[in-house]
Order: sequence, then C-alpha cells, then structure tokens
Amino acid sequence: MKTNKEMFDELDEFIDSLNCNPSELIAILHRAQSIFGYLPFSLQAHIANKLKISPAKVYGVVSFYSFFTMVPKGKNVINVCLGTACFVRGSDKILEKLEELLHIKNGETTPDGKFTLTSLRCVGACGLAPVMQINGKTYGNLTVDDVEGILAKY
Amino acid sequence: MCKKINSKEELLNLYNNVKDILEFRKVESESTEKYHISVCGGTGCSSSNSLEILEKLKYWAKECGVENKVEISITGCFGFCERGPIVKIFPDHTFYTKVKPEDAERIIKEHILNHKVIEDLIYKKENGETTAKQDNINFYKKQHRIALRNCGLIDPEVIVETIAAKGYQALAKCLYEMTPEQIIQEVMDSGLRGRGGAGFPTGQKWKFARASVSEKKYIICNADEGDPGAFMDRSILEGDPHSVLEAMAIAGYAIGANEGEIYIRAEYPLAVHRLQIAIQQATELGLLGDHILGTDFSFNINIKYGAGAFVCGEETALIHSIEGCRGEPTIKPPFPAVKGLFEKPTNVNNVETWANIPVIILDGGKKFAEIGTEKSKGTKVFALAGKINNVGLVEVPMGTTLREIIYDIGGGIKNGKKFKAVQTGGPSGGCLTEKDLDTPIDYDNLVAKGSMMGSGGMIVLDEDDCMVNIAKFYLEFTVEESCGKCTPCRIGNKRMLEILNKITDGRGTKEDLDKLNELAHFIKDCSLCALGQSAPNPVLSTMAGFYDEYLAHVEEKRCPAGSCKNLLNYKIIIPNCLGCGMCARNCPVDAIHKTDKFGKNPRLNAYQIDPAKCIKCGTCMSKCPAKPKAIER
Repeated sequence: MKTNKEMFDELDEFIDSLNCNPSELIAILHRAQSIFGYLPFSLQAHIANKLKISPAKVYGVVSFYSFFTMVPKGKNVINVCLGTACFVRGSDKILEKLEELLHIKNGETTPDGKFTLTSLRCVGACGLAPVMQINGKTYGNLTVDDVEGILAKY
Repeated sequence: MCKKINSKEELLNLYNNVKDILEFRKVESESTEKYHISVCGGTGCSSSNSLEILEKLKYWAKECGVENKVEISITGCFGFCERGPIVKIFPDHTFYTKVKPEDAERIIKEHILNHKVIEDLIYKKENGETTAKQDNINFYKKQHRIALRNCGLIDPEVIVETIAAKGYQALAKCLYEMTPEQIIQEVMDSGLRGRGGAGFPTGQKWKFARASVSEKKYIICNADEGDPGAFMDRSILEGDPHSVLEAMAIAGYAIGANEGEIYIRAEYPLAVHRLQIAIQQATELGLLGDHILGTDFSFNINIKYGAGAFVCGEETALIHSIEGCRGEPTIKPPFPAVKGLFEKPTNVNNVETWANIPVIILDGGKKFAEIGTEKSKGTKVFALAGKINNVGLVEVPMGTTLREIIYDIGGGIKNGKKFKAVQTGGPSGGCLTEKDLDTPIDYDNLVAKGSMMGSGGMIVLDEDDCMVNIAKFYLEFTVEESCGKCTPCRIGNKRMLEILNKITDGRGTKEDLDKLNELAHFIKDCSLCALGQSAPNPVLSTMAGFYDEYLAHVEEKRCPAGSCKNLLNYKIIIPNCLGCGMCARNCPVDAIHKTDKFGKNPRLNAYQIDPAKCIKCGTCMSKCPAKPKAIER
C-alpha cells in the first residue's frame, strides 16, 4: 500500500515529465485515477494548481467524460456491456439480474465496498454477446442463470 | 534486430530478404515439412483465452520436439468472431474454430506430427457439412479484403512481417517518386470517401489542408470508435497497426505536417498496446521519426486517450479533447483544415480510411476506383452482429446487397427465426427492412433509405425485437452522450425519450406519435453537430418502416414482438392446457395455480395465472410442453 505522499509524488513526477502542459490534462487525469482510484475535489485542485489552470476547468473535464469518477469504486468492478450487439442478445436482462443480486442500481457500489456495478458501450467482443467484464476479465455468451455463479468467484 | 533503413533501396532489399515468410503462408500446399500456426489475438478471441492456447501450443511443440519445425505466433482478427478462438495452420490453410486451450496438445500431436486434420475442430455449417479450409467457408467467399488485408495474416507485433507484406513501400514511393500534389491527385482519383460516417471525399480534405498556409500542421487519426456494436477500427489497429502509421506519414508529407496524433478510446487497451509497439519499432527502423528513409521528411506520432465520450468522434469535439478540454463540438466553418488542433490546419481521418491509403498509393487510385459503385469506391468493413449466425467483421465491395451480407456471408438469422430489420449507422442511422434487402449498399443509397453508412455497424434484428424498444435504446444512448451544449439536442432528445418510455409503458396516445415526429424534425434541423442532427434518425426510420408497431403500442396497448414487459399479459388457454403443472413448478413468484376446470386432458385440472402476482418473466411460456403452447401473451 502506498502512502498518500508517495501517490502524490508519483503523480507530480508524471505531470513534471509532461512539462506541466495543460493540454495533457486528460492524460494526467487518467494517471491520477489509476494511482488514486478516483478523482476527489482536493485532487482536482492539486492538479489545477500544478498546471496553473482554474479548478473549474479541471472539474469541467472530469465531469464531462464518463471514464472519470469522483467517488471511490468497489474492490471488484463489474462492467456490463450495453452495446447494441449485447443489448439485442439480452444484456439488459443480465444487468437487471446483477442489480437484483447485489441490491444496487447501475452506477452504484455495494455498502461493503465489494462490488461496483457499471455499464459500458461495447467492449468489442460482439461475437461473445452478451458479455460483462469483472476487473477486466471478460465473461461471454452469458445467460441470466450464469450470473450468480460468476459473482460467487469474487 | 535490424538497423535503420536509410533509403528506398534498403527497404526493398529488406523486403526481398523477408518476403518468403508470408509467401509460405499465402501459397496453399499440402507440404508437411514445415508448419506455421497463427492464433487469433484480437479482443474477441483473447477474451476466450486465445493467449492461453498460444502458450499451450508452444509448450506442446517443445514437449514433442518439433519446435524447429513449427512456428507459432499471434495474428490480428480473422473476423469470424462467432467461431472464435480461431487457429489457422499453414501451409495447408486448415482453419480450426472454437479452439480450447486443452485442444493444443491434439493440434501438435495429430496435425503437426501426424499430418491429420482434427475433424471436430473444423468449421461446421448449420446443415452439418464440414469444411477444413478457410477459403471454402461461405463467410469468406464473397469478401474482398483491402483494409483488412493483413489482419489474420501477419503478426502485428513483429515489424518484419509488415515489411514482408509490402509495408512502408507506399511511403517510400511517395517520398522518392511523388510530389505532394501527385499523392493528393492519386487519392482523389481513387474516389475514397471517409469511412467514419459522413463519407466526405478524402482527397478533397487533404487538398484543403495542403492549401492552408502555416508553419505547423497536424494529422489526426480518429480511433474513437464509439458506435456501440462496431469494432472494425479496433481490429485494424490490433491486426495491422503499421498500415495506419504509414498512411498518416504519407498524409503528413502530402499536406506538409510533421506531427500526428492518434485519438483512441481508453476502452481499447490491446489496440493501444499494439500501437505503442508499432510506433517504437517503426521509429527504430527509421520509418517514423526524423529523416524518414534517409530523406528530409520527419514525422512523429503520439497516442492520445479518449475518456468515454461518444461525441468526441465528431472532429471538432475530438480536437478539443486532444487539447485537454471538454469534448464539445464547435460550428464549422472554420473547418479543421483551416483552423484545427491548437488553431493550426489539421487533417482528420478515421482508422479504416487510413488503412486504404497504402494500397491506393501502391496500386494506383484508378485500380481502387474499379471496385464499388459509381459514387462509392472501394470496399467497406461491416461489423455484423445481433441475431445472426456468423457474427464477425466482413469486408465487401461497395454495392454488395444486404441479402448477400446477411444470408450468404452472415449465414442467415440465428435459431431459424424470421428476419425483421437491420440497423446500420449506429445511433445516427436507421433501420432497413425486408424490402431493402436487394438494395446495393453505398453511402447514397443508405441515406436515400433513411439510414446511413456510419462507421459500419450492422445489427441484425429478428421477429422478437420490438422496434419501439430498439429506437428507445438508441435514444437512451444519445441522451446520455449528448454534450449538452445546444438546446435542441440536450432537451429535445430527452423529451423524445420520455415519450418513447410512455409508449413502451402502455401510456402512449396517438398524439404522442405526432409529437415525436414533429420534435424529431425540429431536432434534426436545429442541432449544432452531427450527433444531434442525426439522433432522431432511429426513431424516424422505425416509424417509417414499422408504424403499425407504434400504433399497436398506443392504440391496442400491445407489443407485437412481445418484448415490452409492461404491455405483456400472460394467459393460460384452458382448452390447450395439459395440466402437467410445469409452469406452476417453475414460476419464480408462485403466481400459477390449479383451477377447477379440466383442460385438454379430461382427467387433469388446467392451470391459471394470477395477473396481480405475475412478474411477466416468461418462464412459464418457455417451459410449457404443450403443442401449440397453452400460454399466450
């Protein structure tokens, strides 16, 4: 586990390597999110300060792109593909089943912090539709009955 | 392994030294002296453990002492994702489908050691016929591969294989033999139009960018493939990244730019990885970077990440995103060719467009223009998905009919269901129906039919799909992805979605249909960018083709396809009921009970469903063994 200072040092080093160039903001936010897991206001303010731009501009970018999150995610992140190919093969039913089993809605995290349930548009594995990813591992050709067994592995 | 290449001759020498690698794979023979095994390493196949298959194959080759006789490598997407993971054996061109890691032992022991084809791994048609060779599979017969020419042939992580496939020869030809004007003329002659959606002539775009006077210009590759259900750009980047890099450098030379940016979705980690390797290898060989091939021309390429915003596929929005801002579109003009990235002239093309360029330069624009229809030249890659037997990536000449794609290549509709419609162009496109099946597909015909080419997603729908629900699906997508800058798109689409929700919930009226129509035209006319202007298309085209379905929803409160849950009413038809109780035993909410009436069998009581308890899951209907079914909805 890295200390807070180590995490900030890692980020600062990265920002310095890009010459504190504000046009690299998105790349910096990607890195910050991979280090800290999420992008709280305090972190956004830190980045704004470093790049000498207003925190409002950083917040504007963070809130615009769906990849960035301002709340911490759970230990296991479940991504259900809601691309068209998966949708017509029933991924909406998979999502419903997950919501039912985890007692959370799409976009939420379980109170114990174990699972975050999100959806995305097309991972590009349309031949395996419907698919979901848990921590980046893809499960394909899903049926509603498979879901419980897969969750039990985590 | 190779030193820097300093001239066209050195590149050609290297090509002559290494071209046999691919000759061996291209020429089919029954020779058993040497083998090459290609394992598909695309996202689809690697999601089903193809990399483990690769490791196991290597392990067994070593274990059986044949590692000198057989080369094993990954390759890009074969396109036949439905049957993945794919393993292809050269030189006999045996095409193994749905391979599992535990099959690796048999492939080495039976095929490589004993030269025997493994019958249960080869492709099997729906009618049970089998075929061992890729070329005999209907899925590949009608395809014409230009943009995907190297996918499934070369190892994308080894640049020598790209060189053996004539990689970078087009760049060399441009730098040594052609003026920028000649290059642009060649691209204009080819008739190539942008493959990202709008279909703007690529040569024109380059001409405008060249005409802008500036010290600094930029080339951008749009790899922000946001259309849900389309994955051709990703497959090209994963399977043949150098073709894109080479084309960007050619365009850089033609318009006078020395820097290129590839804007790619963060959801495509494998494509990013392959691009990074490709850029590094090409730079080491002197095919990118400073003084390319010993000339005065320099060109550097950077990778920029998207962060999940569909609107960033629009070129002005994309440019703002690269600048580190919110990806909001701005009004054109000024066009990027005049004022683009960092206010400098910029040329943006999409991945598939780029992949065509080296072929156009090497074979000539006129030859390319021989393929296709009068106004749409060349080929188009489609991502065939949905309710179709052969899901995958197909590349066909422009002018191929939908019928050929869906039935000959795609193998028809899954589970023998009836074809209903095909959706093209993603959230900006529309649906084509049975009567359009024989229309030759090109940019203009699709627009005339109320749809569009888009990036090439092609989603096949069957009789179980409710068209109102499909329209709602796409509108949900655009509402979520609307950047919110202009009012018609931000508010108008949300109102349309509310009306659609009302209709699928069974609260819609006939006036709602008129309102939908009016609102749709208003949004199309008044939105700022292509996202808003095209957002109502799925609604308009489904209303044009399936108005009776909309009417059934609002007037009879009925969903003909049986997919809108709130409009379903499960009922047991007592005279058909066998009294077996299968439905009652499987009902998850205990909503089915015995009645005092007899059904088909005069000694067994029929059942009935309590509508107050029913959750409309449809389990009873799927479990009912009676023929015809005793349950209707």
